[in-house]
Amino acid sequence: MSTFLVRRLLQSLIVLFGVSFVVFAILHLTGDPALVLLPPDASIEDVRRFREAMGFNDPFLVQYGRFLNGALHGDFGQSVRHGEPAFGLVVERMPATFELAGAALLLALCLSIPAGIVSAVRRNTPVDYVATVVALFGQSLPTFWLGIMLILLFSVQLQLLPSSGRGTPEHLILPAVTLGLFTTARITRLTRSGMLEVLNQDYIRTARAKGVSDSPVVWKHALKNAAIPIVTIVGIELGTLLGGSVITETIFAWPGVGRLSVQAIANRDYPVVQAAVFLLASTFVLVNLMVDLVYTYLDPRIRLR
Amino acid sequence: MATVVLPEAAPAERAQWLGFLRRLATRRTALFGLIVVLLVIVTAVAAPLLSPFDPIEQDLGDLRLKPPGFRDAAGHVHPLGTDHLGRDLLARVIHGARPALLVGFAAVAISGLIGMAAGLVSGYVGGRADDVLMRLADIQLAFPFILLAIAVIGVLGPSLTTIIVVIGVSSWVVYARIVRGAVLTLREREFVQAAQALGSGDIRVVIRHILPNALTPWLVVATLDMARVIVIESALSFLGLGVQPPAPTWGGMLADGRVYISTAWWLATFPGLAILVTVLGINLFGDGLRDTLDPRLKV
Repeated sequence: MSTFLVRRLLQSLIVLFGVSFVVFAILHLTGDPALVLLPPDASIEDVRRFREAMGFNDPFLVQYGRFLNGALHGDFGQSVRHGEPAFGLVVERMPATFELAGAALLLALCLSIPAGIVSAVRRNTPVDYVATVVALFGQSLPTFWLGIMLILLFSVQLQLLPSSGRGTPEHLILPAVTLGLFTTARITRLTRSGMLEVLNQDYIRTARAKGVSDSPVVWKHALKNAAIPIVTIVGIELGTLLGGSVITETIFAWPGVGRLSVQAIANRDYPVVQAAVFLLASTFVLVNLMVDLVYTYLDPRIRLR
Repeated sequence: MATVVLPEAAPAERAQWLGFLRRLATRRTALFGLIVVLLVIVTAVAAPLLSPFDPIEQDLGDLRLKPPGFRDAAGHVHPLGTDHLGRDLLARVIHGARPALLVGFAAVAISGLIGMAAGLVSGYVGGRADDVLMRLADIQLAFPFILLAIAVIGVLGPSLTTIIVVIGVSSWVVYARIVRGAVLTLREREFVQAAQALGSGDIRVVIRHILPNALTPWLVVATLDMARVIVIESALSFLGLGVQPPAPTWGGMLADGRVYISTAWWLATFPGLAILVTVLGINLFGDGLRDTLDPRLKV
């Protein structure tokens, strides 16, 4: 167990290291970060002075070392737009994004796991068909269109729910549904196929032959084994949710990291963009590390690999 | 020593293909998906012929924000209405299929090739190369995709080429993982070991014996990934980081439509339906392809 833990921790560290390099490199893609950061009308003299002040003339790896050192201390530089530390601005917005992603994930799990199980147990019945078709549509609906259509229906036509902002639980409903639908569809399909596979296994047949009645077979024997791929995908789906929050937050004016980043890119406020990308990616890495640890409890064979 | 005469491979191969097509055709949903996809492709290719109006020509006079079915002064009907600049919406929806499919095919080609190469090396060579490539895959997956894409496009400036390259270069991981998995199994199969024992070099073994057999899962992933890429292209256009106006894109039209959501519902509705139909068609076809080729594939 401890070697598995150490190896897994090391892997996460390497990944975070790589993430930091990519985040650093984004600014250097055009070859001249000074031109990316300064407004287009900056004079040649301004650009030269700025380059000198920011140390952009130093060797690439020296600059990366400085960036990494700063990042480890939570220093991504000052926001060009707000004149505050970029890190603080992003951290301030994190709770809103976690609230939205968490609500979407909770909604997805509450809908998809029962739907997937019922769909598998009652295979090829109308219930299964409805769940399958709904899941297929859920996977094909673009988030941003769904969000706009929900606003059209519930905010403009029916005037039941607010279309933007954060605060009351009502504010959370539309964004969470918008963000969560794709994940709901994914997990429904996965649960269904996982359950179908498990229900055909010998030990399920044995349990049934021993006279165990239907519901314990499904809920105890089958679900426990079908849960393993579901737990993995929950970790991966969190990445989808954090990424999807960029679009959803923009549509619903939700004051989270996603909306902040889109605004920051429009303002060429790259320190904020770098801090946001780094923090969201780190969150994803940490959550997946935790998921893997949960995983070892569900399936002890993993530890031995 | 007796000479073994091997039968010609061609007829068997053709029979295999026919069998595959027959099996695919029995899946009605897959066939429906294929027809939808073909229709979208025809629409994109023949857009100038099919389109009733110019998609870019503006009319800021009497034609702004007219509802579907509106008949203008010259007696022309606008089946889906007009937008805030007096442009015909149907013409724009039809032309919007072009950037969507172009980005879809080009980005999938790039990521598919990178992923195939990475998967072959990772699976066949193994060891250190495998470790490095799989760690790179983890790093790639750690990024919220859209956020990374918009950050990079923000720096480089939006253009069709930038979008294709950014999506293409950062979507290789699914392909690499699925190909790697296939190679790991194939490597141990008798025909591969026989080829190795007969003295075939590594490159020949990979290209002649492993690659053709790893193509099936790759194709399924490519089809389903196309749906994802089209949604991403629309999302980027929606955020103003896609193909730039006045060129019509589905995502760009949705962004316009969002502004007029309370007065002109059709602006946001129809481009979204176009995306939904396209993506649904691809997903149906991809699902059918997977179930026909390899039902156990987890994608």
